[in-house]
Amino acid sequence: MSSTATVTAAAQQPAPRRWLPLAAVWLALITTPVWFPLLGGYTALAGSVLVFGLAAMGLNLLLGFTGVLSFGHAAYFGLGAYGAGLTLKYVAPSTPLAILAGTLLGGLAGTLFGMLIVRRRGVYFAMCTIAFGQIFYYIAYKWNDFTGGFDGLRGFHREPIGLGALSLDITDGTRFYYFTLLIFTGAVALMGLLLRSPFGRTLRAIRENERRARFLGIPIERHIWLSFSISCFFTALAGTLYALLNNFADPLALHYSLSGFFVIMAVLGGMRSFWGPLLGAAVFVVLRDFLSSWTVNNWMAFLGAVFMLSVLFFPRGMLGMLKRRGVE
Amino acid sequence: MTMLQVQNASKNFGSLVAVQNVSLLVQPGELRAIIGPNGAGKTTFFNLISGYLAPSAGTIVFDGQDVTRVPAHRRVGLGMARTFQVTEIFPELTVRENVLSAAEVAAGQRLRMWSARADAERADRVVSEMLALVGLASKANRLVGELSHGDQRATEIAMALALRPKLLLLDEPTAGMGDQETYEITGLIRRLHRDNKFTIVLIEHDMRVVFHLADRITVLDQGRLLAEGTPGEIAASAAVQAAYLGEAA
Repeated sequence: MSSTATVTAAAQQPAPRRWLPLAAVWLALITTPVWFPLLGGYTALAGSVLVFGLAAMGLNLLLGFTGVLSFGHAAYFGLGAYGAGLTLKYVAPSTPLAILAGTLLGGLAGTLFGMLIVRRRGVYFAMCTIAFGQIFYYIAYKWNDFTGGFDGLRGFHREPIGLGALSLDITDGTRFYYFTLLIFTGAVALMGLLLRSPFGRTLRAIRENERRARFLGIPIERHIWLSFSISCFFTALAGTLYALLNNFADPLALHYSLSGFFVIMAVLGGMRSFWGPLLGAAVFVVLRDFLSSWTVNNWMAFLGAVFMLSVLFFPRGMLGMLKRRGVE
Repeated sequence: MTMLQVQNASKNFGSLVAVQNVSLLVQPGELRAIIGPNGAGKTTFFNLISGYLAPSAGTIVFDGQDVTRVPAHRRVGLGMARTFQVTEIFPELTVRENVLSAAEVAAGQRLRMWSARADAERADRVVSEMLALVGLASKANRLVGELSHGDQRATEIAMALALRPKLLLLDEPTAGMGDQETYEITGLIRRLHRDNKFTIVLIEHDMRVVFHLADRITVLDQGRLLAEGTPGEIAASAAVQAAYLGEAA
């Protein structure tokens, strides 16, 4: 049963049961710096989960809720990261400005590019997104003087945020985690509102049946374009947080293999559910960290196996599976 | 004023002529059936009217406006709604969500990125009204993909009605249905026509349905207009009998 079905099922349940899973998610996220180290994790890893989770949820707006596959979202993630890093390094030592600039850079690039490809469908659309993404990878890779080339962009770090007389110091890891969580919360709330709006319903209509949607009077191409563009803005926002988290931006943040990872996160966690990609990102990021400390070069083989097993046995992703159990 | 005026419409796919010089006049409140043997060009003609295909020649005037070059989704906005031969719905959404999508588009909210309570309640009322009209109120929260063929078709009709159309285009509304379902859908179309005064153009294979419902009948054969008239005139037409039963008849 799909997420929309379970959403409807949830709407009929008494209020406490509806809010319980949501409360559990937020409790877990807020207390992460407390319990995560006890399990052998560290705060920056938890921050990575949020960052990649936001990127995957952004992608999923397009993939899971509009039914359009992009294999190029790393481009917008990376543009967000480089946008933030370059702003801090060359323009002004301001964290909010860096976030704004990176998000605008990635989001607007996606908006412009989306305009060119919305008439393509399926694998042709996906191929176009890969090709476009790789352009930015090679720019970052080759332009040594400006972007740091293969070594990545260094020489910037996140700055304390001045709020009038007050100053919010986010250079410390735990504080930055909460800062990330704050932005994550705002972004996810926006995404949730968007998906519940009439516009959000037109996206699901397109996913379910393009021809029917067209004959309801929905201009399909324009709505796919908007979905792509909005999705790119969210992913670019995640990219800026990635640069701030690591005080570093590398060309691999633009590489198509990362685009593939975003897709894997969404599918692994459950692309028809709102929170699925976050869960997928958590499993992916933590497993990768664990595996690569254990076997440096082969982590992808293990993760690939996990992914294949998951697709074979939980075709609707982990959260899709859990919800199905809950419904039946 | 005429509701729909098609003048000398033609459509060819390469050298294949699917529709040739077909004209059609539909008055407000009329129920018109389009019939014809397989391959007569009925669905292609329907696609020209609804804007899914652009005609190779001819003009289409809808409600006083030339819509020959107007794309499908904008014709919907002008008041033209259609259903398909193979039911086109959103299978993994509920009946209510299916109709709600249509109601929101009709209310001009397709680009609204937030939800307002007053508008949501208004849309909900439209949805409830449409579901009651087609007899699906009790199944509003079921997934459409799980329903019977007849109920899916009724959902599709409810979606078309939620668009508040001036003209309803139904492509083989009873296709693939058993006797009971055919009877129910026929009754529904009859009510929409008689009680709710909808102008309807439909394609239909089932002659019982056609002669039971239609005010006037248009017969197509091999892409051409063969005959047009009341059910009585069509039943008596030698040309129509020849087309259906072969030249010898």
